[in-house]
Amino acid sequence: MRTRRKQRLFMVVFLVVGIGIAVTLMLNAFKQNILFFFTPSQVAAGEAPVGHPFRIGGLVAVNSVVREDGSLVVHFDVTDTANAVRVAYEGILPDLFREGQGIVTKGQLDDKGVFVASEVLAKHDENYMPPEAAEALKAASTLQQD
Amino acid sequence: MWAWIHRFGSPRYFYAFAGKLLPWLAVPCIILFAVGLYLGLVVAPGDYEQGESYRIIYVHVPSAWMSMFVYVLMAVFATIGLIWRVKLAEVMATASAPIGASFTFLALVTGSIWGKPMWGTWWVWDARLTSELILLFLYFGFMALQSAIGDRQTAWRAASILLLVGVVNIPIIHYSVEWWYTLHQPATIAKFGKPSIHVSMLIPLLVMAVAFKLFYFTVLMSRVRAEILQRERRTNWVRELVSGGEL
Repeated sequence: MRTRRKQRLFMVVFLVVGIGIAVTLMLNAFKQNILFFFTPSQVAAGEAPVGHPFRIGGLVAVNSVVREDGSLVVHFDVTDTANAVRVAYEGILPDLFREGQGIVTKGQLDDKGVFVASEVLAKHDENYMPPEAAEALKAASTLQQD
Repeated sequence: MWAWIHRFGSPRYFYAFAGKLLPWLAVPCIILFAVGLYLGLVVAPGDYEQGESYRIIYVHVPSAWMSMFVYVLMAVFATIGLIWRVKLAEVMATASAPIGASFTFLALVTGSIWGKPMWGTWWVWDARLTSELILLFLYFGFMALQSAIGDRQTAWRAASILLLVGVVNIPIIHYSVEWWYTLHQPATIAKFGKPSIHVSMLIPLLVMAVAFKLFYFTVLMSRVRAEILQRERRTNWVRELVSGGEL
């Protein structure tokens, strides 16, 4: 390769690697700000912001959903299996909302430690299968537990 | 070998070559689109959780893949153009940009349509969605920069540097769902290990992915031909084509 071309090749590599390092450092510095939500364990450890809204992500704990009669108010626990946060929400829930489902909810902790949500979003997982396959998987896992 | 590359890189030769290649890309593309859409929308079963609405993946996922694939290819053209000063590289990247931008736009719009019923929102500023939006702006930036600078050579050099700078966004898009907590779910197929999708749903998706790829190359070849003619309009061989009644 001639020297001119070598020089230009070096410039291109330098540019791409340099930008790569710069952006990596930047993203590391802003790590907390890029997180879309906190986990219940982070909330329990006091890492979540106090006094202004943030999001919690986790699973809706099984047997925790309580609906109030005559209103749209619903209470449930969001858990990451280690810790759980009690959530109160008034409004329409997305189609995928159910016990055991992953959700992301936005709101604020009140003084009793209850998370008062203004928005509940369902987070679906990366698995796609026909209902029969899901049934079979479920049956297999309960068999194993027995 | 060098002689062959030089001949291949000459606009006149490539114009003829692309013309011969076109039907071989277009016909399989149409067939695969028909097969993929039929398999995906009719034959494949519904999802255990999302029912029928998951079927949007047959457009959403291939266009998202293509949005990144086209960008990486354009960055490769930029590198070739910057280092070896191959004219054809500039033509290829210029012709690719609107196609790549369209794929990105399609991925964002279909994702939004999917997000409303599934997540409960059209849009959130999580890392995956935001980085994909930045990709769309990178495409726009490339096109705008190229047409903003009058001198073609300066314009191309500036635009290709922009392309190389933007490459950093591609791994960010791909790994965003692993590095940060996002609303968007993690990768189903592009990961180590078994894909988390049932075979009956995976096959139509792969057929659609190949169809999208062929679509890109079909459109690219015809756009490259048009671009070459436009750039070489003052050369003898183009004049001969015109006077010979071949255009």
